[in-house]
Amino acid sequence: MKKLLNDPSEMVDEMVDGIVAAYPDHTRRLDDTNVIVRNDAPVSGKVGVVSGGGSGHEPTHAGFVGEGMLDGAAAGEVFTSPTADELSEMIQACDGGAGVLCVVKNYEGDVMNFDTAAEMAELSGVDTVEQVVVNDDVAVEDSTYTSGRRGVQGTIFVHKCAGALAERGADIEEVVRVAEKVIDNVGSMGMALTSCVTPEKGEPTFDIDDDEIEIGIGIHGEPGVERTELVEADAIAERLTNEVLDDVQPSGEVAVMVNGMGGTPQSELFVVNRTVQELLVDNGLAPWNTWVGNYMTSLDMAGCSVTILDLDEELMELLDSPTTAPAFKTK
Amino acid sequence: MDRADRQHDAVLAAIRNVAARLAEEKDYLTELDSAIGDADHGTNMNRGFEAVLENIETKQDDDVADIVKDVGMTLISEVGGAAGPLYGGSMLHASEQLEDGLTRESTVAFGEAYLEKLRDRGGASLGDKTMVDAVTPAVHTYKKSIEEDDLPPQEALAKAVDAARRGVEFTVPIRANKGRASYLGWRSVGHRDPGATSTLFMLEALLETAEHHLDEEVMEES
Repeated sequence: MKKLLNDPSEMVDEMVDGIVAAYPDHTRRLDDTNVIVRNDAPVSGKVGVVSGGGSGHEPTHAGFVGEGMLDGAAAGEVFTSPTADELSEMIQACDGGAGVLCVVKNYEGDVMNFDTAAEMAELSGVDTVEQVVVNDDVAVEDSTYTSGRRGVQGTIFVHKCAGALAERGADIEEVVRVAEKVIDNVGSMGMALTSCVTPEKGEPTFDIDDDEIEIGIGIHGEPGVERTELVEADAIAERLTNEVLDDVQPSGEVAVMVNGMGGTPQSELFVVNRTVQELLVDNGLAPWNTWVGNYMTSLDMAGCSVTILDLDEELMELLDSPTTAPAFKTK
Repeated sequence: MDRADRQHDAVLAAIRNVAARLAEEKDYLTELDSAIGDADHGTNMNRGFEAVLENIETKQDDDVADIVKDVGMTLISEVGGAAGPLYGGSMLHASEQLEDGLTRESTVAFGEAYLEKLRDRGGASLGDKTMVDAVTPAVHTYKKSIEEDDLPPQEALAKAVDAARRGVEFTVPIRANKGRASYLGWRSVGHRDPGATSTLFMLEALLETAEHHLDEEVMEES
């Protein structure tokens, strides 16, 4: 498998340098870490909103660092949670005295490292560290897996809404409240046409035949709910959309994200989106705003995910408020 | 050499032995993890303990609690994934129990504190196919052997290692409910849990150290 790499073990470090070099007006790197923060962090009196996770999901998370969104993003090794000491440094660097909210995807390594980091940051003088855990992946049942549902693309809407409210000067309880509101009202489901190839291993993570697809796949290539024959885009869009709608049960205006897993052309994502939009309207829903593109990827995996967020006035306004984060466009 | 010095040497020897054992088993642990996890457990633990070995060279004068605390901190920063907070965080938390050195009581308290943090942080219970399945019987057996059966610490540790070994075997036929392996559902059945296995290797290395470094005199309260 051909890759644009130097030494694979240096990939994350070199990527972080590249991200900061791309957005020098907005971001800087914390010395000796793979943490990217807003240039002006910590913002005095503002609640810090931070996130992080394994690398390989770009633009998640560093692409969402900017005014009105994340104050900091930590990049772990590929598909591996950042370590607790780096997360703790990020929390401290983003604490403007009003507390810090950690937005964590529900993966055990992420949750545990953020837990440990919160303890370490509090020992180092940060007064309040709060954590919300995003678990929007409707493919994996709570009842079957006590680990709970995975946290995936819905996380980006949490970053946006919590970040926008924090930017307006809300206190930490309010920022936590709005983050929880998004989590309660968002669902996602993904699928894969091909496996991803991790840089160090250099070969596919799982085997999948040319005429097969996997529904409900995780963002690290972890098993989905069903391996099935390759079908047309419309059937895939329908399956994902219906499963998400069943879970979220929205009633009016919704935000939609049709996300690419890293190896799917924009054209195919638009083909999927066309059907998603039709289905929403058929279900009596009003797509208020739609994001189509690569938001939370899985290296070079071909495939897509559909995310739907049930909206109210507050969430619409927060999604719509300006941000300088390079990977998120408002209306 | 007074007791504190001998305890200090015993702890450093234990850490070196654990590191050596994990280096030896690196490939085997990674192989176990490739069956039901993300194929990096051996590599991760080895990387963590290589960093620990470097750090303890600078710890020659510290007391045993500080040395163990430093091991915990190093594992937190070097191991990553869930293993960093689980092994490192538990060790960090439990290290407080050794502030007055190694005694029958403090080693029991260390084990209990380690298990408590592990269960608290990981949220796993017995039978979830995790390292809890090895640590729980080991700690319970060690405590019972010391407190009820009044065995010498070395013998108590030997019994704890046996209990952990049975715990590891117990993880083979069951289905994982926690950790990456839980995403596999029934596909996790038939595989030995990597975390329980690395825990057993660490305990075996402790026992081996105890056989060389730990006698009644080192552990008894003065």
